[in-house]
Amino acid sequence: MGKSRDSIAYFQAAPLMAVLLAFLVVPIGMIFVVSFWGATEFSIYPAFQLDNYAFLFSSPVTYKVFFATFKYAFITWVFTLSIGFTVAYFLAFHVRSQSMQTALFLLCTIPFLTSNIIRMISWIPFLGRNGIANQTLISWGVIDEPLEWLLYSDFSVILAFVHLYTLFMVVPIFNTMMRIDKSLVEAAYDNGASGLQTLWHVIVPLTKPGIMIGTIFVVTLVMGDFITVRFMSGSQKANVGRLISNDIALLQYPSAAATAVVLLCTVLIVIGVLLRFVNIRKEL
Amino acid sequence: MEQRPRSFYFLAAFFCVFLLFLYGPTLTIGVLSFQGKGGGLTFPMRGVSLNWFRELFEQQAVGDIWGSFRRSLALGFMVMVSTVVVSVSAGLAFRKKFAGSTVLFYLTITSLVIPSILVSLGVGLIFNQLGFKVHWATSGFGSQLTWTLPFGLLIIFAVFNRFDKSYEEAARDQGATPWQIIRHVILPIIAPSLIGVALFGFTLSYDEFARTLLTAGSYNTLPLEIFGMTTNVTTPVIYALGTLTTLFSLAIIGVFLLVVWILGKRRARIGSDAGKAL
Repeated sequence: MGKSRDSIAYFQAAPLMAVLLAFLVVPIGMIFVVSFWGATEFSIYPAFQLDNYAFLFSSPVTYKVFFATFKYAFITWVFTLSIGFTVAYFLAFHVRSQSMQTALFLLCTIPFLTSNIIRMISWIPFLGRNGIANQTLISWGVIDEPLEWLLYSDFSVILAFVHLYTLFMVVPIFNTMMRIDKSLVEAAYDNGASGLQTLWHVIVPLTKPGIMIGTIFVVTLVMGDFITVRFMSGSQKANVGRLISNDIALLQYPSAAATAVVLLCTVLIVIGVLLRFVNIRKEL
Repeated sequence: MEQRPRSFYFLAAFFCVFLLFLYGPTLTIGVLSFQGKGGGLTFPMRGVSLNWFRELFEQQAVGDIWGSFRRSLALGFMVMVSTVVVSVSAGLAFRKKFAGSTVLFYLTITSLVIPSILVSLGVGLIFNQLGFKVHWATSGFGSQLTWTLPFGLLIIFAVFNRFDKSYEEAARDQGATPWQIIRHVILPIIAPSLIGVALFGFTLSYDEFARTLLTAGSYNTLPLEIFGMTTNVTTPVIYALGTLTTLFSLAIIGVFLLVVWILGKRRARIGSDAGKAL
């Protein structure tokens, strides 16, 4: 009986397994293999050499770019967490009618289902030299000259990250908050806790799993990104993803693969640490 | 009804600002896509015209927009159907622990959190070394599934965690076969959530960029085409395209929501079709 049930489960899980094997496991294995290969200007050839890694770890650019990647991830995390938590808290504890809650939640989710590229492009008329932000600030007399750092800078990169990814915080945090027993909150109030005390000592601890899941999403999305940094910085800033995509553009696949392996290890270590704080399957 | 605390008004204001932040830029390019003929990428508007939309339909000096749209549409439907079928099937398997289920689960999570460019690079390398040509319908399709399947599976998990098993047990007690239970009990009950999975599958594919970048081959999907345009198009025609494709996404979301709503109404009126099999 147990055997046949297992075989049904394998049959049902087989398609998922097949897709992940063919398009995740084998390709990643291939990247690992190719990271030891050599490259000429036009082609790559099988070899076993550590040159790609040796070059990667000896170049000061690598460390600078990894640092920039962590910097983007950290700053984006701080902003998406504070904004996402506040929005989720409002939806879960202050909106009273359920249909209103659903409607507002949908309103938050819809942009996630539209194109990221378009959402990046749409910042141009805001942030450009003659954009809305500069025109408004000048007309208010706050500044005399247009600010140059609004577009094509770290500022615009992080702004776009926050714009694109705050949703990934709102959804899991909201999901966890909705399952907090409201009587716990009332008990805190009845015992004389202030609003802030209740928030900090009751709601935040109970919301931790949601915060962790949101954090995993945001940190991995930012660390693996290359297109937001390239587009929003006007190719003036770099992160690890861009290092890889530049190598690819130059057909230096082995070098791209070595960087990719190091990036993957870094991301998996970060996730491994974060997963110690949460059991994902229980939280769905 | 009790008095709203003061914090409510502060949080409500914060929420409104957040919505403005989410939608403001998109609305801005919506307005700017009606820019007059001599107008540029920023305000002020130099008149109002449909000039840029017309250019989108007339000349094809900048790539193959409509071809890429058709490809994205076809790919979106392929990914949508596969995502629903594969993730429901895997979701059913995951309801019981089986040898290797933990590994498969973490593999799915890895598929979700892995930097997209690695999937793109890896699949591209495999296809090249095997001597296959990368194409949006083969390598592109598979790469997109590594992004949509984890989302589909997570939604299915959430659904099954709330699933009342007594319906299933009742069916089994009455002598239903496992397949009958799936077909006539489980699927009708989870149908509305499947529409959610389908919506995710389609829209995530339709907008996917990084995982398709090195796996689409010589025929671009729409996001790739749009990104190509950002480097060489400096007129509001790109806003017009952005506005159209966003409207298209919104229409798709609207259709899906409508279907969920109609299903809910129908179910409330005539009940589910559980039991029809008898």
